[in-house]
Amino acid sequence: MPELNLTSAPAHLRHGSNIGQPLTRRDGILKVKGQATYAADNHPPGMLFAVMAVSSIAHGRVTSLDVAAAKRHPGVVDVMTPDHKPQLAIDPEIKTNPFVFRMEVLQSNEVRYANQPIAVVIAETLEAATEGAVLLAPRYEAQPALVGLDAGTSYVPPVVGVGNPTENHLGDVEAGLASADKQIDAIYETPPQYHNAMEPHAIVAAWDGDSLQIDMPTQGLMLSLGRIAELFGIAPDKIHIRSPFLGGGFGSKGLMSGPPTLGIMAAKLVGKPVKLVLRREQMYGPVGHRAPTRQRLRIGADGEGRLTALDHHARTVSSTFDDFYEPAADASHTLYASPAIRTSHDAVRVNTGTPLFMRAPGEATGSIALESAIDEMAWACGIDPLAFRLKNYAEVEPITGRPFSSKALRACYDQGAARFGWAKRSLQPGQMRDDAGLLVGWGMGTATFPALMFQAEARAVIRLDGSGAMEIGAHDMGQGAWTALAQIAADELGLDIDRVEFKAGSSDLPDAGIAGGSAHTATAGAAIHSAGAAVIAKLADLATNDERSPLFGAGNAGVIARNGRLIRRDDESRGESYVEILARARIVEIEARGTGAPNPAAMEEYAMHAHGAVFAEVKVDPELGQVRVTRMVGAFAAGRIVNPHLVKSQLFGGMIWGMSFALHEEAITDRRSGRIMNANLGEYHIPVNADVPPLDVITVEEHDPHVNALGIKGVGEIGITGSAGAVANAVWHATGVRVRRFPIRIEDLLAQR
Amino acid sequence: MKQFDYVRPATVTEAVAAAAQPGAVYLAAGTNLLDLMKGGVSRPDRLVDVTHLGGLDQIETLADGSLRIGALVSNADLAHDADFAKSYPAVAEALLSGASAQLRNAATVGGNLLQRTRCAYFYDTASRCNKREAGTGCDAREGENRTHSVLGWSESCIATHPSDFCVPLVALDAVIEIEGKHGRREIALDELHRLPGNTPERDAALEPGDLIVAVRLPPSARGFAAHARYLKVRERTSYAFAVVSAASALRIENGKIAEARLALGGVAAKPWRARAAEDVLRGVAPTADAFQEAAWRALTDAKPSGDNAFKIELARRIVVRALTLAAAGTPARIPALPASPFASTSGAIHA
Repeated sequence: MPELNLTSAPAHLRHGSNIGQPLTRRDGILKVKGQATYAADNHPPGMLFAVMAVSSIAHGRVTSLDVAAAKRHPGVVDVMTPDHKPQLAIDPEIKTNPFVFRMEVLQSNEVRYANQPIAVVIAETLEAATEGAVLLAPRYEAQPALVGLDAGTSYVPPVVGVGNPTENHLGDVEAGLASADKQIDAIYETPPQYHNAMEPHAIVAAWDGDSLQIDMPTQGLMLSLGRIAELFGIAPDKIHIRSPFLGGGFGSKGLMSGPPTLGIMAAKLVGKPVKLVLRREQMYGPVGHRAPTRQRLRIGADGEGRLTALDHHARTVSSTFDDFYEPAADASHTLYASPAIRTSHDAVRVNTGTPLFMRAPGEATGSIALESAIDEMAWACGIDPLAFRLKNYAEVEPITGRPFSSKALRACYDQGAARFGWAKRSLQPGQMRDDAGLLVGWGMGTATFPALMFQAEARAVIRLDGSGAMEIGAHDMGQGAWTALAQIAADELGLDIDRVEFKAGSSDLPDAGIAGGSAHTATAGAAIHSAGAAVIAKLADLATNDERSPLFGAGNAGVIARNGRLIRRDDESRGESYVEILARARIVEIEARGTGAPNPAAMEEYAMHAHGAVFAEVKVDPELGQVRVTRMVGAFAAGRIVNPHLVKSQLFGGMIWGMSFALHEEAITDRRSGRIMNANLGEYHIPVNADVPPLDVITVEEHDPHVNALGIKGVGEIGITGSAGAVANAVWHATGVRVRRFPIRIEDLLAQR
Repeated sequence: MKQFDYVRPATVTEAVAAAAQPGAVYLAAGTNLLDLMKGGVSRPDRLVDVTHLGGLDQIETLADGSLRIGALVSNADLAHDADFAKSYPAVAEALLSGASAQLRNAATVGGNLLQRTRCAYFYDTASRCNKREAGTGCDAREGENRTHSVLGWSESCIATHPSDFCVPLVALDAVIEIEGKHGRREIALDELHRLPGNTPERDAALEPGDLIVAVRLPPSARGFAAHARYLKVRERTSYAFAVVSAASALRIENGKIAEARLALGGVAAKPWRARAAEDVLRGVAPTADAFQEAAWRALTDAKPSGDNAFKIELARRIVVRALTLAAAGTPARIPALPASPFASTSGAIHA
């Protein structure tokens, strides 16, 4: 196995500091050569293969499993069932903190959703384990499945998302609607969607006594480690998780779920290392998804096109046994000024795996409904959609009244519209055609995502040879953490990036917080920033307190770390190298730790959000109803851009996902059985290359002195928001048909003739 | 997965003998079969690998002007054969609109003909499916069926045949050569695929051991080269099965349609030859009215099998468009987006 050596990046053109450079991803060559070791690539000696048997019913209980038949199959070693499994230290049904979700780890015969694990077959080969799982031939006592947004009785959940209030109010919505010149009252539906990371959930678990070695993709090393320690009753320092690369996570690998836990249990049961990898179809159940929504928007506007009321209600679903509520209506909190705003949610329980965070949870679902409704209102008022949005521009965060820490949304609108050529758009729909006679439509949407931060720690080192190291248990899901965080580390250490050993992706490193909420670069970056500053301060102390140093006495003036040297701030001709400082002090290496955390005072004072404007062009066959996106421009303001190359890739990915949301993605659930009928990448449609048009991303300059020391807001999720609505609005503009159920389908556009 | 025997016969005769045993199936590229096996939909006892048989990978023009395509010719090789694409452009366009480049490189002509339906209930082994397991019932009938059949379906089965390739082949009167226990025979491709009736478990008019060794296009098939198109409406631009597709081929003489060929895909358990529509086009000028009339004739017997009434109207419109495109003339080159409604969009760079 090739060494994971990320310190020797290929040469890049550099114009100055590391932050801001468009470095290509430093792990790219490993990945292209197939040398990047993902979890399932690990094969410790003696490893066995585990395969889950999953339920084909959505509700009921397992009455029998033919364990004997499975065990008779050549190569099968053992079958883990509710009656034959290692005991966990705590009941997995107990929620020990808000970031713990209930999981199915064979604690009973009860079936709560289709594709729930009901047994695990462990064998010498993958093929034997797979066949063993088939031979279990489970029998069930089935109950009727609860399916869809109208199942059972609705209720108002206590919170939505992560602790958000279910309802929010500003002013009198009913009065606002009553006084309006124009009203919109429309219902939008979004389907269940699944993360479908290219890399399936996987684990290789190896016990050595009460020590546990794990290879597993995770967006949250420390959260996973804590949960494993709790479930298995072992000390956290006995567990080591390696997660150098994730083949995508999108929220589904953030928290410990049932399947990897089963892998650890299986390894314990057989006393050998075990690998468990989910089949693609098994990812449609136990590892989270985006819940469906039905959203009603009621909007009022006065004669000038200014909003008088905005009422956004979202119905969603959770599982029958746990609580996660897609906070779709919260999308109406930040974007548009209105004297009266109300957002509210209700839910029903269905036989599904518990929904979870999926790239822009709430923001994505809410955005397509809100942006569609705003578009409808602009048309009702006879105003250009961009002009309408500008007319209702929120100068302060609408409900709270807090000022924004920064908000370059006007520049996003301006620059995006200019690049797209928006000014040439016809107000009327169905007016534009291309040379081939296809309908052409232009639509836009506003993008927004909160600028979040979690807590993290980092350890910085400067060594006698003049090199540095930065250690942080950060997570690279493909977004480029290996590169972007190393760039920050290099700047903070005053070194060239090639002189910094950047360590990440392992649980024996300082806690980087979860890679979620678009907050990883900000969070881990802040910790790296403070650790770097701390180690440079220590080095500076060594020098400025040493009479033999040219920096002696510079303590008050301060020093700058640059190119492996400390130099006086007030006289850059005076300085010396790290090597000289450490050599004289006879110190091999000097280290310091630093933390990053949100600033509660700033959060109290300011609303912190990234923003953007997305413009889309679609073409629609006027008779056949097939839609193709032909152009998209997104302009985003997200604070400081650490690596414009990687940021553009992130935003491209988000915009493609937004297009997918509008036109392609949908898990099709059989309304009787509750089984998902397209649990594969052939039939669960996501855009292929031929669907992805030329994309243009503008990163709008934005300086934010309040969000964090580095001014970073995050770009992981914002690209979906705005984009989905922009595409949907473009379809309307092309056809004059307003489709309110997503994804937009061919038959929705056939009725036009 | 289930253990199975793997045999690699040296000759066609050996292959037929090996595959005539109960539980045996042929393996060519396996682009469909291996998925079926991984999903437990197909659990054969024996795979008879025909990929090493000699002489089945040739494209040859016969003395009478027919074209004979060996069953092991890959979809990609056939589509990219310049002479083939020129003589049978709708077939090449259909091939290139199917699956993905990787799959087309692997998939074979013979295998394409025998691919199974993509009905989700056929693939979901927990569902009842008369095609997968005779006599169990059809969960698609009252299920999620917006893409299912609108022609030729029965209460037993509403699945569609997914092939693009077969649609223009049926329109062009392709014949298949079959090697079986009792020697060689040939049948029209139109007779290969069966409508479900009460026996949807039998997709094809083949007996155990029957091996398709070649597909033949008769001499007349070349006569449509100047006016032949395949059009496929699907839910993304590439790598999706047809919601509805159509192959149309016209022989136009003196401003009149001397002969018309029309077949539909994605609407039935077999590629659907629309002979009644062909009849109304014979001898008339290629006008919009004539094409509308043909479209109505083509779908006269159509009825929804579920939430799919839209497919009937869509099929009519596709027929009109496919005929219109064919009448306008085969493009000099296969479009960058083959068979797509967006094929004529300038600047498209993806196949």
